[in-house]
Amino acid sequence: MTIHQPIEIHAPAPADHPPRRLINPEALISAILALMALSALSGLFIITAFIFKEGVPIIAKVGIRRFIFSSDWYPLEGAFGIFPMIVGSLAVTAGAMVIGVIFGLGCAILLTQFCPPRLVSIIKPSIELLAGIPSVVYGFIGVAILVPFIRDHLGGPGLSVLASSIVLGVMTLPTITSISVDALQSVPKSYIEGAIALGATQWQTTHMVTLKAARSGIVAAVILGMGRAVGETMAVIMVAGNTIDIPHSILDPVRTLTSNIALEMSYAAGDHRKALFATGVTLFVIIMSLNTIALAVSRRRTGKVYAK
Amino acid sequence: MRMALTAAAVVLVLVLLCVDWRGGGSSALNVIGSTSVQPFAEMLAQEFNDQTTDFVVDVQGGGSTAGLQAAANGVADIGMCSRSLKEGEEFTAIPIARDGLAIVVHPSNPLLALTRPQIRKIFAGELTNWNQVGGDNRPIRLITREEGSGTREAFTKLVMGNSRISRKALTQESNGSVKELVRYDPAAIAYMSLGLVGAELKALHVDGFAPTAAEVTANRYPLVRPFLFVTQGPPTPKAQRFIDFVLSPHAQRLLEKEGLVPIK
Repeated sequence: MTIHQPIEIHAPAPADHPPRRLINPEALISAILALMALSALSGLFIITAFIFKEGVPIIAKVGIRRFIFSSDWYPLEGAFGIFPMIVGSLAVTAGAMVIGVIFGLGCAILLTQFCPPRLVSIIKPSIELLAGIPSVVYGFIGVAILVPFIRDHLGGPGLSVLASSIVLGVMTLPTITSISVDALQSVPKSYIEGAIALGATQWQTTHMVTLKAARSGIVAAVILGMGRAVGETMAVIMVAGNTIDIPHSILDPVRTLTSNIALEMSYAAGDHRKALFATGVTLFVIIMSLNTIALAVSRRRTGKVYAK
Repeated sequence: MRMALTAAAVVLVLVLLCVDWRGGGSSALNVIGSTSVQPFAEMLAQEFNDQTTDFVVDVQGGGSTAGLQAAANGVADIGMCSRSLKEGEEFTAIPIARDGLAIVVHPSNPLLALTRPQIRKIFAGELTNWNQVGGDNRPIRLITREEGSGTREAFTKLVMGNSRISRKALTQESNGSVKELVRYDPAAIAYMSLGLVGAELKALHVDGFAPTAAEVTANRYPLVRPFLFVTQGPPTPKAQRFIDFVLSPHAQRLLEKEGLVPIK
């Protein structure tokens, strides 16, 4: 009789040496995540490369100075000057910032300094909800209510810098308010308590201490809001009037860089199309600079807070 | 396990996204182009789709030039174009109707007629007040279409000659938004497809002729442009069937009822 040796006993215990799997799940997941992250990055890269590839040659052909400083935009005749659109974008954005900063910052101060928490829990989400309204709806409200109001009561065609500024100002409110609120809330309690202890009133504390301490965060909020205003297209096309003339008053119509692209893209061919990409390059440079400034400013803020 | 389920769900969603849910989607005939032709083509497509079962006609806007591009690169089976083809645009062009170009103003504007030189001067920005052409003392507000629009090109060719449309003109990107502006602005003047004017606007007489289909047919009203269907090379059999339908007496009558001028 042969005694069967139980093989199992000699088999290595699973606990000591786990069976080697083909793929380590941890590594797999991190690879997938890396791929996803890279796809976002490569999206940015491809877009950048593409608009520069399409746009830069025509800028070179026209000459950068003529392209940026000439007011002649007659694409079918080969005249590509986007100065009125640059002025238009800047005018509309500046107007939007006046409205966005006054109301957004006012709101942020109210929410962080003067408001009972229960009210905050109503007001803050409502403002953030503004960000969820599609821009075409803003444009529609602008055309249906704001434009006739301006035309009937202030004069001009109604479609104007003013109308676009108001619409864009409201659209930037959520950005400006919520980032400013974060900035104001991150001011150390001890600053505020110190000010109160020195006998300052609440408003004195707010404007002499809290606002100063949160300044760079607020600047970042404003610049991000500005980026949104510069880049907005649909609502602006609907309320700006889109003339290619430089506006002389806030009641004059304007065309912005974004609306120039969106208006003419579907029709454009050849150099005209390339000039629209070049308009995109200009816009890209403006928005990237704004975002870089915002990033730099907000970095400085964190530095300050932790440096004490 | 949950990971696997999530992954499976993601894959499932991606697969579903790739499926064309329109059923007969692969056999749609794409008609793309001019926003002036679009409403008429949509109406005809509706009519055509009611009678035909083996494929559907799908109409999209975008503009004349976009329509030509779409026809050239095969995105569209038929491109719609609301102006004559220019030199160097090599397509098979089938005129489906003619359309008057109406000069429209607010209904409260007392003016009834303009001549082509007057219209040219108005749009060039040389005449800036309605009283210079016999109207009220009110500044003229110009409304134009965007650069590249078929309607704008037809207008430039028929009216402007070598003059340019003023920079101060408000620019709108469709017949619809032009109409909305003129409708509520007593100072406005614009040009648009005669077939789309409707009752809310007033179309002016041009060079003494009324902006009506009858005057267009009689070749008297001076601002007329063709509505074209274009294809790259000869039309495909499916495209040909839709074209035949559009040129049929029944469809032409429908177009006429909508304010266009039939081709035959």
